[in-house]
Parts: sequence; structure tokens; C-alpha cells
Amino acid sequence: MRELWRQAWTIARKDLTLEFRSRTAIVSALVFTALVLTVFNFGRDPTAVSTLDLAPSILWVTFTFAAMLALNRAFQLELENQALEGLLISPLDRRSLYWGKLLANLAFVVVVEAVGLPLFVLFFNVAVGHILLPLLAVMALATLGFVAVGTLFSAMVVRTRFAELMLPVLLLPFLLLPLTYAVQATARLLAGRPLSEVAGWLRLLAAYDIVFVAVASWLFPYTVEE
Amino acid sequence: MTIAQKGRWLVIVGLVLLGGVYVRALAFTPVERFQGPAQKIFYVHVPAAVTTELAVILMGLAGAFFLFLKDLRLDRFAEASAEVGTVFAAIVLTTGPIWGKPIWGTWWTWDARLTLTLLLFFLLVGYQVLRGAVTDSGLRARYSAVLGICAVVLVVFNHLSVYLFPTLHPQPIVIKPGKPDLPPAMLLTLLLSFGVFLVLYVGFVMQRYDIARRRGEAVHG
Repeated sequence: MRELWRQAWTIARKDLTLEFRSRTAIVSALVFTALVLTVFNFGRDPTAVSTLDLAPSILWVTFTFAAMLALNRAFQLELENQALEGLLISPLDRRSLYWGKLLANLAFVVVVEAVGLPLFVLFFNVAVGHILLPLLAVMALATLGFVAVGTLFSAMVVRTRFAELMLPVLLLPFLLLPLTYAVQATARLLAGRPLSEVAGWLRLLAAYDIVFVAVASWLFPYTVEE
Repeated sequence: MTIAQKGRWLVIVGLVLLGGVYVRALAFTPVERFQGPAQKIFYVHVPAAVTTELAVILMGLAGAFFLFLKDLRLDRFAEASAEVGTVFAAIVLTTGPIWGKPIWGTWWTWDARLTLTLLLFFLLVGYQVLRGAVTDSGLRARYSAVLGICAVVLVVFNHLSVYLFPTLHPQPIVIKPGKPDLPPAMLLTLLLSFGVFLVLYVGFVMQRYDIARRRGEAVHG
């Protein structure tokens, strides 16, 4: 088990180093997030809809789209020079490859969210200071759910035609559930409801994460074998 | 007789029986007290919904077995089941609003069960889109198996979580703990309709399977 995690860490570090050196993907993802938030601002009538009613949806739709961008890139970068074949013939457990990609994707999406959340607070004037910890818990659990399924699917779609279009078509039905839970939880948090009302949604998010991390770890080796 | 021919006969038998079920439903089954004649659509809607779920579950199971047995016949069955399931899901999604408008006063509502059916429809369509985008048959079979299994896991997860949402949709009245709540005449009509939809499902899948088999043979020679 420790060996598996060590290998996974090696993969994640490789991806993050690559990302850190080029910075193209992360910069575009950050700009994209800022743009989506801006578009949302102009896509509503501020005199008719109060920000607080729309805020949870804005936050989560933005994060969903940003995660999708990040996931598309995960295996795309292994296509160049047939790097994926190289990874597959190296003495590397397939599950470690999945976990490594999962870690790198998580890091990527967390960076995007870390910039996205303050921007969201700034643009929509929503106070989150008093509910920051539970909100971060919702974000962490939902992001893990998004990325767990997304990493599995992105490994498949890179070898199909129209990969960029294929990923959302396959992935969005799977993101509907965690998205629902996250929006419900966020709405209650922003409305100042007691934490006990949010606990149920957090439990559902956690259950989703456990189920799909397990299923994806089991199925991932089948997507890359030759 | 080839599989396709047998399937065709089965479908013809199924369609005749469906006519029979509807004669029984319209002429010999009592009219529901509150919903009136609109309730008659229930004898198509509910069996179609159950058949859709059956099609999805069988698609996922065939995928799971494929990963262990590597038998392409399982993949062809999954392909056939997905396509037939899409048609049944479309039936559910059209008959539902037709009933919903007079009874609920709206064509569509984002109720948990409606959303689940729509989700099934999206999953089935996505499954076929993925199949269409992979050219290598071995790779296609593995990818579809993975997606099919994930779809079934999602559906099961959703079923378990649905009980937490408030719902407008009529609660299950036949398949539920304890005795069915339906009057015997209505129950019999419904069960006959279930049987007919099963016959239709098998008939359609057999024909579609044969197409998948021929395609596979045409590619591999």
C-alpha cells in the first residue's frame, strides 16, 4: 500500500512539475473561472434576482466548468510523444497511475477554487467569513467527487474522437448528484441555517466520494491496458 | 431461423399482445376514481420505466462480466440493451408529460423520479456516443463496460438517495414492502403489460444483437 502511494505521489509530482513549468493550463483555467463569474454577473438582472438566491448556483456551475477544463488536460498531456505508453511499460501499478492523476487533478482544481472563491466573494458581495470552514468542507467533498469520476473518464476520452466534447457529455450526468448536494448545502450555509441542516448533504457527498473513488480505482486499470 | 428473425417474430407477438393489453385496459379495467381515463397511460408508462431500468442494469452487468470473461458477445448484448433501453426511456419521457399535464397541471417538474429517468436517458445516450467515438472494437468494449458499470452504480446510488428528497410523483404501489395497493383488476392488467414489455424488450434486443454481430463480423472478416 505504501509503495502504491509512493508511486502515485511520483506521478502527481511529475504532472504538477510539468504544470508549474509551463503554467499554460492553470493560467487559462483561472482566467476562464474569472470570465465565467463575470458572465454570470451580466447574465442576471440584479434588480429582479437577489445575489444571495443565485449565489450557490453561480459558485457551483463555475466550479463544475472549471473542473471539466482541468480534467480534459490530465491525459491530454500524456498523448504527446506517446508518453502514456511510456508510463504503462514502466513498473508502475495501474491504480497508482489513477491515484497520481487524481492527486494532480485535485491540486489543479483546488488552486482554481482557491482563486475562484475570493473572486466570487468580491464580485457578488457575499459574506462567507463566518461559514468558511463548513463551506470549505463542502467544496473539498464535492471536488473529490467531481475529480474521482472525471479522472477515470478523461483517461477514456483522450483516445476517442472529439475528446473535448465527449468528456462533458459523459461526465455531466455523473456530476449532477454531487452538484445538487453541494448547491443545497451551500444555499443553507449562505442563508445562515444551522449546521445540522447541512450535515445530511455532507454525508451524501462523502458517500458519493467513497463509492466513486472505490469504483474508479477498480475500473481504471481496464481503461489503460493494451 | 436466425436470431434476428426470431426477434422479429417475438416483436410481432409482443405488439399483438400489447393491443390485447390495451383492449383489456380500456374496456375491462375499472376507471380510476380520481384521475379518470388519464390513468390508463399508466399501463404503458410504468412497464416502460421498469424495462428501461432493467435494460440499464443488464447493460452494466454485461459490461462487468465482459471485463472478466473478455467475450465480445457480452459487449454486443450491452450495445443492444443500451439502444433498446434508450427507446423505452423515450417512451417513459413522452408518456409521463402527457399524463402529467391533466393530473399535475404541468408537463414537466424536476421531481426526483422524473429527474432519474432523464438521467437514465442521458446516460444511455452518452454510452452510445462513446461507442460511436471509439473505432477499435476491443477498446470500445472495455470503455463501454467501464461506463456501463459506472452508470449502474450511479443509478443505484441515486435510488438510495431519492428517498431523502420530497417527491410529487406517486409512490410505488406494486413493488414495495408489504402487499400491493392496487385493486386486483388493475394489478392484473399492469402485470400483463409488464410481461408484454418484457417480450418486446427481448425481441428488440435479439434483432439489435444480430446487427451488432454482423457488424463485428464485417469488420473482422
